[in-house]
Amino acid sequence: MISFKGFLRRFLSDPVAIGAGLVLLVLVLMAVLAPFLAPQDPYDLMQLDIMDSELPPSWKPGGDERFWLGTDAQGRGVFSTIMYGTGISLLIGIGAVIVQAVLGVTLGLIAGYKGGWIDSFLMRLADIQLSLSTLMMAIIALALFQAAFDANIYADYAIVMLIMVIGIAEWPKFARTVRSSVLGERKKEYVDAARVIGLPPRKIMWGHILPNTLTPVLVISTIQVAEAIMIEASLSFLGLGMPVDRPSLGSLIRSGFEFIFSGSWWITLYPAIVLVALILALNLLGDWLRDVLNPKLRRGED
Amino acid sequence: MTTGPIIETRGLEVRFPLPTHFLSRQKPVLHALNGVDIAISPGETFCVVGESGCGKTTLGRAIMGLLEPSAGEILFRGQRIDGMDETTRKPIRRDMQMVFQNPYASLNPRRNVYETLAEPVRHLMPEKSPAELRQQVEEVLDATGCDPSWQRRLPHEFSGGQRQRIAIARALVTNPAFIVADEPISALDVSIQAQILNLLTDLQGERGLTYLFITHDLSVVEHFGTRVAVMYLGAVMELAPAETIFDNPKHPYTRLLLDAIPKLEGGSFDKPRTPGELPDPVNPPPGCPFAPRCPMAEDLCRRDRPRLRELPNGTHAACHFAE
Amino acid sequence: MPMLEVQDLHVAFPQGRKSEVEALRGVDLTLEKGERLGVVGESGAGKSMLAFAILNLIAEPGRVSKGRIMFHGQNLLDLPERDIRALRGNRISMIFQDPMVTLNPVLSIGTQMMETLRAHRRISGAEARALCIAKLREVAIPSPESRLDAYPHELSGGLRQRVVIAIALLTDPELIIADEPTTALDVTIQAEIMALILKLCRENDVALILITHDLGVVAEVTERLMIMYAGKCVETGATDAIIKAPHHPYSAGLLRALPQNAARGTRLYQIPGSMPPITALPTGCAYHPRCARATALCKAEIPPLENGAACFHPLTAPEEVP
Repeated sequence: MISFKGFLRRFLSDPVAIGAGLVLLVLVLMAVLAPFLAPQDPYDLMQLDIMDSELPPSWKPGGDERFWLGTDAQGRGVFSTIMYGTGISLLIGIGAVIVQAVLGVTLGLIAGYKGGWIDSFLMRLADIQLSLSTLMMAIIALALFQAAFDANIYADYAIVMLIMVIGIAEWPKFARTVRSSVLGERKKEYVDAARVIGLPPRKIMWGHILPNTLTPVLVISTIQVAEAIMIEASLSFLGLGMPVDRPSLGSLIRSGFEFIFSGSWWITLYPAIVLVALILALNLLGDWLRDVLNPKLRRGED
Repeated sequence: MTTGPIIETRGLEVRFPLPTHFLSRQKPVLHALNGVDIAISPGETFCVVGESGCGKTTLGRAIMGLLEPSAGEILFRGQRIDGMDETTRKPIRRDMQMVFQNPYASLNPRRNVYETLAEPVRHLMPEKSPAELRQQVEEVLDATGCDPSWQRRLPHEFSGGQRQRIAIARALVTNPAFIVADEPISALDVSIQAQILNLLTDLQGERGLTYLFITHDLSVVEHFGTRVAVMYLGAVMELAPAETIFDNPKHPYTRLLLDAIPKLEGGSFDKPRTPGELPDPVNPPPGCPFAPRCPMAEDLCRRDRPRLRELPNGTHAACHFAE
Repeated sequence: MPMLEVQDLHVAFPQGRKSEVEALRGVDLTLEKGERLGVVGESGAGKSMLAFAILNLIAEPGRVSKGRIMFHGQNLLDLPERDIRALRGNRISMIFQDPMVTLNPVLSIGTQMMETLRAHRRISGAEARALCIAKLREVAIPSPESRLDAYPHELSGGLRQRVVIAIALLTDPELIIADEPTTALDVTIQAEIMALILKLCRENDVALILITHDLGVVAEVTERLMIMYAGKCVETGATDAIIKAPHHPYSAGLLRALPQNAARGTRLYQIPGSMPPITALPTGCAYHPRCARATALCKAEIPPLENGAACFHPLTAPEEVP
């Protein structure tokens, strides 16, 4: 256990953690405040002018003062679309992780506490799920969905679909982590003490065991958000993710990809830099959290 | 209320199936308890001693309902409690509580002291009002020598001895009559052990508690116990009042145990000893379980398992040659 | 010249970024050839730290901040790591609490024994094997030839600890440091192992430092005794003398708290409170908050170790225990 004060002290004494935290903070603020800060609303077709398409960044010859990082093929400012796109990527990443965590924690808790055939069944299910690649399953599900409904309906439900598909495909990671810590906690005497009182298994699982397994859940949540954003970006890059008129970072990279060879490198490069920064920051924070929260790696503190 | 024993076991057996490959034809079974009959009278401190693997902890856990017995009966005040459904058992749980060995694992690290102590009352005595609950928790904290200011603090803020006091308070908060204490002092430092033993003695005097005290430490038994059961490989080898067992041990295993206690006067370790090990509990020998280590064992011992029988001085011993 | 002489040993651990806390606060110790010394204390008293410091095995970020460890007149703290390694497991052996941790689970007993042997001796494989079998026989392991090929998990706890002792004896050390060697074992096995250690030390004239919390074990095995409290030695002297008539109130309290020393059915004597952590030591004598004899002097100054006890108000007669 680590107190909040100790946690803060550790954070402030680690330059990597501060750096990653700052990058993440800037990106999240940028995404949340996009409607107020962005010079342009890329969703509003009235603000777009096809004459502004493929303008280079403002400091380049031919650049326009209004578009700091240039524009894409439809005349949207790259800087504004990145701000909105980061928001969509984060929304899908966090949403998918919430779905993963709810499914995975519940199933992992039940598997670990009940044991026996329930455990074997759930864990074999997890094995099967993990042996099919997430990307492959997502591609099949989304391709079917795209084929079954027309483009408008698809555009409306794309975010929900992506969250559900990525969420359902990745639950075994949470389930396995939670199950293994439940197996460790279940043997501890405080669980026996609760059973001596006669508490029903439901209360022991949720009230006693679950709170003691949340530390690893917190750590993998951070890393899984990065993972989910990556998957979403890959799907969007393949044309199966967010539609071009509501772009995520992945669809932005894809939309610019066609223009790289015609010299408009900025449409792809800048969203890609933001994506890399976001993933790196999340992964570094996840690693740092794991080190801090793992009592085996900590000495003489707290 | 009856004057009979508060806890009684009759032919209690616990077997654990060992994990095997699902294609394997053998079904090996570990005999953790092998026909245990004990009866504990109200107000007693009944000690169970033995080495690891002798089944003493299994006995305590079976009585508390943490393990299902494979055969035999467990009775609380003459009422059979093994296999009882939860609604009938609930009022009985109030009267039976347990103190565990490791105070670092027996308190939920995420719950403060008040929550830990309030839970048994909330669950087992739902008729109590919040004010009564608070009063009950404060009373039990006071009785176990805990400071009332501890209530809002988490277990990691306390030392081992303080935690064990809190764990004892949790066991006492529903005012039980019977407590199973499973090695309650063996994880504590020497100077703290005396504090906890004194606390248990005081509480017994104040509340008329009955203890089932499980330990490997014979010097504690000698000081603390009224009756002692010595266990070996899932069976009771000798059962006698504490004074008798220390002054006049009848079973050769009891003698071996007593000889092994290091003494302040010295002399216990002077003669070399041959290695003795517990026989495999999965395939126990057919005769007396202690025969392979016993200096007096004869063919009879390796063939026939001795039953627990009463000797002239009132001691019960499971040995063909004890007298 | 004594075989081992520890002078004013301090071990410090960093706390936070600037300050340090001391786990050992000035410990002196002398040990002659073949002498058996018991080090007794509660958890956190620094007794294991002392053993690790002598072997130069203090884990980072801890360090020996002051003092000398003289082994045959040579300061071990000045020796390069290579020379220390040549001493460790050779002239000084160590037996740890848990044999399962000391033994490598994936190597056979024979492999581990021969590895130890050949790290310090130039001998042939056949000679090494013969020596290993001889040592296993010496620690009374039945059918030693077949046990050489066994893996640690195939042996019981008692046999594993015997193997650890056999490994410790392989190189005919002059000093064995045993850190709670029987705490994980049952009483009957403890008696076997301690009887074995005692016999081997006597026969081979090996010195022993036995670290334990059990005064009974110390009384049985050792000639001299050192009682530690909060990183300092509070009392030292001949074992039977201290057990009969302790001078420091803490030693007296520990002895009186033992159930063996109280009449059946009475309350035990108890020392109030618990040992302070090294991060929150009181001023003066670290024991004064728990001590009935403490005065203003005890709160102000740290008592020096004089006439065997580090106390301003030592007990003079055994019945005088507070």
